[in-house]
Amino acid sequence: MSAQPIISFQNVSKRFGKTTAVDDVSLTIHEGEFFSLLGPSGCGKTTLLRMLAGFEMPTEGHILIDGKDVSLTPPNQRPVNMVFQSYAVFPHMTVLDNVAYGLKMDGVGASERRDRAEEALGLVQLAGFGARKPDQLSGGQRQRVALARALVKKPRVLLLDEPLSALDAKLRDAMRSELTSLQQKVGITFIMVTHDQDEALAMATRCAVMNRGLLQQVATPSDLYEFPNSRFVADFIGSVNMFEGTLDVDEPDHAIVNTTEAGPVYLDHGVTGATGTTVWAAVRPEKIEMHKRTETPPQNLPPKVDDAPEGYNVIAGVVKHMVYLGSETNYEVEIAGGKLIKVVRPNLTRWDQEDFELGEQVWVSFHACSPAVLLS
Amino acid sequence: MTSTTAAKVRKIPPGPLEYLRRWPLQAWLVLVGIFLYAPLVSLMAFSFNDSKRNIVWQGFTLKYYVKALNNDSLITAFGNSMTIALCSTVISVVIGAMAAIVLWRFRFVGKTAFNAGLAIPIVVPEICMGVGMLVFFAKVLPWPHNLPWPLDLGNIIIAHVSFSFPFVAVVVRARLASFNRELEEAAKDLGASEFRALMDVVVPHIQPSLIAGGLLAFTLSLDDFVITFFTAGPDTITFPVKVYSMVRFSVTPEVNAASTILIVITVLLTFLALKFQGSGALTAGHGADDK
Repeated sequence: MSAQPIISFQNVSKRFGKTTAVDDVSLTIHEGEFFSLLGPSGCGKTTLLRMLAGFEMPTEGHILIDGKDVSLTPPNQRPVNMVFQSYAVFPHMTVLDNVAYGLKMDGVGASERRDRAEEALGLVQLAGFGARKPDQLSGGQRQRVALARALVKKPRVLLLDEPLSALDAKLRDAMRSELTSLQQKVGITFIMVTHDQDEALAMATRCAVMNRGLLQQVATPSDLYEFPNSRFVADFIGSVNMFEGTLDVDEPDHAIVNTTEAGPVYLDHGVTGATGTTVWAAVRPEKIEMHKRTETPPQNLPPKVDDAPEGYNVIAGVVKHMVYLGSETNYEVEIAGGKLIKVVRPNLTRWDQEDFELGEQVWVSFHACSPAVLLS
Repeated sequence: MTSTTAAKVRKIPPGPLEYLRRWPLQAWLVLVGIFLYAPLVSLMAFSFNDSKRNIVWQGFTLKYYVKALNNDSLITAFGNSMTIALCSTVISVVIGAMAAIVLWRFRFVGKTAFNAGLAIPIVVPEICMGVGMLVFFAKVLPWPHNLPWPLDLGNIIIAHVSFSFPFVAVVVRARLASFNRELEEAAKDLGASEFRALMDVVVPHIQPSLIAGGLLAFTLSLDDFVITFFTAGPDTITFPVKVYSMVRFSVTPEVNAASTILIVITVLLTFLALKFQGSGALTAGHGADDK
């Protein structure tokens, strides 16, 4: 990473009348990143992107590109280009004219324009499509035209507004890996807006999660998933089992959260929170193990968990729902009090798998390192 | 139980939208056709009538066409009408498109009032507009006489623009509703100024509506009688006003012949415009059959 960030938002706010779309966001993005703005619809992520492109002006704060304040610079004078959600391919121009449009605006000569546009079309695997009209292309091809049109200007930053939302599932998967490899090939910083957490985790090198105009967390995809900093992030990224409780013990080497629903939860690390406050223990479904339950519970349960003292992190329950998905099976286990716990078990073998049936009595357990403790 | 062969010969009753399979609706269609086109057809037919009085069919002739084409004042009136129509159409399309874009693009104080004001020339009775124009050009902006052609038509052109540009604005506005704002943003993002983005992206999108609106303005201007009658000075005369003055003496086949020429011209223009608009809509729209 270079010393100077390529993009820097400094306390940026945007208000439309009385509603605050973006609330005091400060964020830096560095050269070569594939950065993703993630959040539910209406969280302000698109407004943030549009302010970077120049279609909206921030009400407060500054936006810097390469250290230069561009907060009030019109879009046609910014070194960024955008791929729009609707692709916005000009319908009355040929594919080649579409791609060459930005160069024409820059005053590039006709022959160079043509060569560079052809080259950009080759980059997105549309070589030979130059003479076609956009209505002779499929949705995926139109998106490639939009990509080529933005990349041909060699922008400092490429902005992508929900790039995959309009594609069908199969094409979406193919485009995911294609976009990441394209980004590595051209070496341009990409900033992508998406509401799809899978998309963000799969493609981005770093993500910012937004909610109600506020930046919730900025981290790498794996950090977002494993170390969420709030209930919102834990819940928004992937699925999670959340247990509300009070922080009873907080020592450097262990902590205990006394939850109402799942009993005491033991952690093998300290939590930097005040004891006695309300916290939430969040456990991902794939980090929960399930065991058959007999009349008398065996002494050494859970067998694999030897790091939590006996009596912690083991809950009795009954299998309520099962969804077989081929590679894995999703269970929902009802525990005392009626809460349903989500459990994901990979189907590791073709047979001899320990099978569970609906209504079966089970123990669910998790390691002392599995829960993430959330203070807010 | 019905056998399969019986099912094949069974007569399927007409569906709810199959109007043409019900005889009362067919008859209605014919009646509507007669109502709409019988006057026009008889007008055209009697232009070939070899009779001065033009009441009874006497025989086929083309002599009234020759007479009409040799009638200098009629030709002058026709030329005036065409000039007025062309000028007012061009001005109406420009002003109307601009008004539509302003209403679509911007929020401003008095927008609702402006929108309503645009509709007034459409709904106000023509006779009121005509009297208004008469007073306007008599008191507020007296149009000098004896100006060289085509400046002597200026007041009529202004009058025609004032009632036809709202029609253009309405048509263009409707077309703009389907415009994808991201196209304009994309153009700006790629380096286009506001004006370039407008010309390169917005105007091509509204082009069919400019043609349709222009056609509307042209025909409105060409056949306007009331407003022109009140606006025109003693020296200038347009085709509808001339026909009116000819009819006051008698409905000769000459009037029919001149009217037929006018009908043919307008129908041809409409046909051309529709064809142009159709091909434009085809490339701008979906039509992705040859994928």
